[in-house]
Amino acid sequence: MTSTYASANSDKPLVTMRDISIAFGGIKAVDHASVDLYPGEVVGLLGHNGAGKSTLIKILSGAYLRDTGEIHVSGELAQIANPRDAKTYGIETIYQTLALADNLDAAANLFLGRELRTRWGTLDDSAMESEARKVMGRLNPRFEKFKDPVKALSGGQRQSVAIARAILFNARILIMDEPTAALGPEETAQVADLILQLKKDGIGIFLISHDIEDVFELADRVTVMKNGRIVGTAKTADVSKDEVLGMIIAGKCPKGATAGPGAVEI
Amino acid sequence: MSDTSSTNNKTEHRDSALVRFLRATEVDTRMLGMVGALVLIWVGFHYYGQIFNGFGAFLTPRNLWNLSVQTSSIAVMATGMVLVIVTRHIDLSAGSLLGVTAMIMGVVQVWVLPQYLGLEHPMIWVITVIVGILFGAMIGAFHGFLIAYLGIPAFIVTLGGLLIWRGSAWWVARGETIAPVDSTFALIGGGPYGTIGATGSWIVGILGCIGIVALLISGRRQRIRFQFPLRPIWAEWLIGVVGSGLVIGTVLVMNAYPWPKGIIKRYAAANNLEIPEGGIFISHGFAIPVLIAIAVGIFMTFLTTRTRFGRYVFAIGGNPEAAELAGINTKRMTMLIFALMGALVGISAVIASARLNSATNALGQLDELYVIAAAVIGGTSFAGGIGTIYGAMLGALVMQSLQSGMVLVGFDSAVQQIVVGCVLVLAVWLDTLYRKRSV
Repeated sequence: MTSTYASANSDKPLVTMRDISIAFGGIKAVDHASVDLYPGEVVGLLGHNGAGKSTLIKILSGAYLRDTGEIHVSGELAQIANPRDAKTYGIETIYQTLALADNLDAAANLFLGRELRTRWGTLDDSAMESEARKVMGRLNPRFEKFKDPVKALSGGQRQSVAIARAILFNARILIMDEPTAALGPEETAQVADLILQLKKDGIGIFLISHDIEDVFELADRVTVMKNGRIVGTAKTADVSKDEVLGMIIAGKCPKGATAGPGAVEI
Repeated sequence: MSDTSSTNNKTEHRDSALVRFLRATEVDTRMLGMVGALVLIWVGFHYYGQIFNGFGAFLTPRNLWNLSVQTSSIAVMATGMVLVIVTRHIDLSAGSLLGVTAMIMGVVQVWVLPQYLGLEHPMIWVITVIVGILFGAMIGAFHGFLIAYLGIPAFIVTLGGLLIWRGSAWWVARGETIAPVDSTFALIGGGPYGTIGATGSWIVGILGCIGIVALLISGRRQRIRFQFPLRPIWAEWLIGVVGSGLVIGTVLVMNAYPWPKGIIKRYAAANNLEIPEGGIFISHGFAIPVLIAIAVGIFMTFLTTRTRFGRYVFAIGGNPEAAELAGINTKRMTMLIFALMGALVGISAVIASARLNSATNALGQLDELYVIAAAVIGGTSFAGGIGTIYGAMLGALVMQSLQSGMVLVGFDSAVQQIVVGCVLVLAVWLDTLYRKRSV
C-alpha cells in the first residue's frame, strides 16, 4: 500500500516545513527554518547540541507548537497542534529519550494512546500482546519479555520497542532522533537495515544524529542547522564529510549545497 | 528457541519448590506478604488479649464484623488515592472534603428536602446521595483544574483544601450537629438494620464464588485463543478453591454475629413476633457499607486494569512526558482523576455520616492520612506508576485492624498513634527492599 503511494507521488514532497520559527523565553530556538522530505527518502538533520534540530522536529511531531510557519503534508496544509494530530497525518516519532512508560509492558507501550479494544470497549490486552509479538518478531526475533515492564529490558530491547511503536501503525513519515545513541554495534547495524527497508516501502525519514558517519551512510540528503537557523541542504553525493563538518562548525555553505538563512557570508 | 527452553528447564530445577509454586500460580508475592501481616496482626492481638486481659476479643465474629464496617469508608477513598498517587500527585483534602460533603448532605436531607417532600419521603435518601457524590466530584474536579491547568502543585492545592473545606464544614451549619438523618439513608452506614441478613449474605457469597470461577475460565480461554503459556491445571483449581473458600469463610463469620438482644426485642415488638425460649438468632450478615466498598473495589479494579482510562493513569505515572507524546491529554486526565477521587470521598461521606446517624463538622478529621497510609501500605509508590486497588483496600484493612486491635487490648491513644506511625514507616521500608530485590 505504501509502495504504490510512493511511486505515485515521488515527485511531490511528503512534508514541507516552511519558515518555521519558535522562541522560548526570548531565545529563538528555531528561526525561519524550511525543510522538505520526499517519499522513500532519508534526510539527515545535523548540527551541534542546541542547534535547534530536535526542536524543529518536535514541531513536526506535535510536541511543540510553532510561533510562525506552515507545515504541508502531501501538498496539503496540515494542522498540527499536538502529538495526536501529527499521528493522524502518519507522522511517527522515535524520541531520543525513547518516551516509554517504564512501568508498563512492551505491548502497552506499543499501543499507548491507540489501544485495541474489545466489543465492550475494554482493553484487549491479549490482542495487543499478540500484535506486539508479531511486530517485535520482525525487529528483534529473540525478544521474549512480553510480560515484564519495559524498565526490566536492556537498552537495545527498549530501543526496539520504541521503533516497533513507530512502524506499527503504517507510518508515512518517520522521525528518528538519535536512534542509535544507546545501541551497540550489532544493534546499530540492525537499525540501519531497518531504515533501508522502510525506505523501500516509500516511507520518508528524518534522521537526527550527531554521528556524521551514520548520516552519510544512510541519508540521501543532509540539512545542517546552527543557532536555530538552516545553514544549508545538500545531497550527500554532492558534498564531502569535511564540507559538512565545515557547515556544522563554522556555518560555511559549500558549492554543492543550497544555502539557507543561517549560512555565513564569505 | 530450543536453546532458551533448555536453559529454562535448568533454572526450574534449581529453583526451590516455593518459587516454582509461586510461578505456577502467578500469585503476587507482595499480596501474600500483606495477607501474612494481616494474619499476624489478627492473631497477635487476639492472643495478646487472651494472655494479658484474660480474653481474646479480636477473632470473634462481632469484632470482625465491626472491623469490616469500620474499614469500608477508608477503603473506598483509598481506591481513589491509588490513582492520585500513581500519577505522582497527592490529596491531603480527603478528610476535610468528607466533612463538608457530609454537612451539605445533612442540610439537604434534614433541613431542606423535608420541607418540600415531607419527612421520611422515599426519595430523600436518593437525592441526598446524588447531591453528596456530585458535590464531592465537583470539588475534586476543581482541585484537578487548579493542579492541571494552572500548574499549582497538588500538595499545595489540597493542603489549602484541607483548611478550606474543614472551615467550610463548620460554616455550612455554624458548627451545629445535624441529626438524625433520614432513616433509609442511615441504613447505608451499617448497624443491625443496615445489613442484608444470612440469606442475602449467602447469595452474595455464592455470586462471589461464581465470579471467581468465571474469571478463571475466561482467563484460560483467552490465553488458549492467543496461544499464551497456561497455568498448570492444578494451580487453577487451587486458586479457585482458596478464593471460594475465603469468600465462604467471610460469609460464615458475618453470619455468625447475631443481633443484640435489645434490638431483637424491639424488632419482635414492632413485627408482633413471639420470642421463643432461648431467644432467636438473627444474623447480621454483610453490612451495606461493606458491600458498597466491595462494589467500589470491583469497579475501580475494572477501571484501572481493563479500560483506557486506567491504562493512561499508569502511563502518566510511569512517564508523564511519554504519555503526553503518545497523545494522551494528561491535563484532562489529571482533572478526571481528582474528580473521581472527589466522588469517592462523597461515597465515603455518605457511609460515615450514615453510620454516625448525624453530620458533624469534625467528621473525617485525619482521614486523609489514613487513606494515604492505606494506599502506601498497599504498595502504591510515591515515585509514580505503581499501585493496585486490592492492595490499597487490604492496606485499609491492615490500618483499621491495627487501630481497632489496639483499642480492643486497651492501648491508650498516645501509644496507638506511635504504633501506627512506626508501622507506616516500616511498611514502606520493607516495600522498598522488596522492590529493589524483585526488579
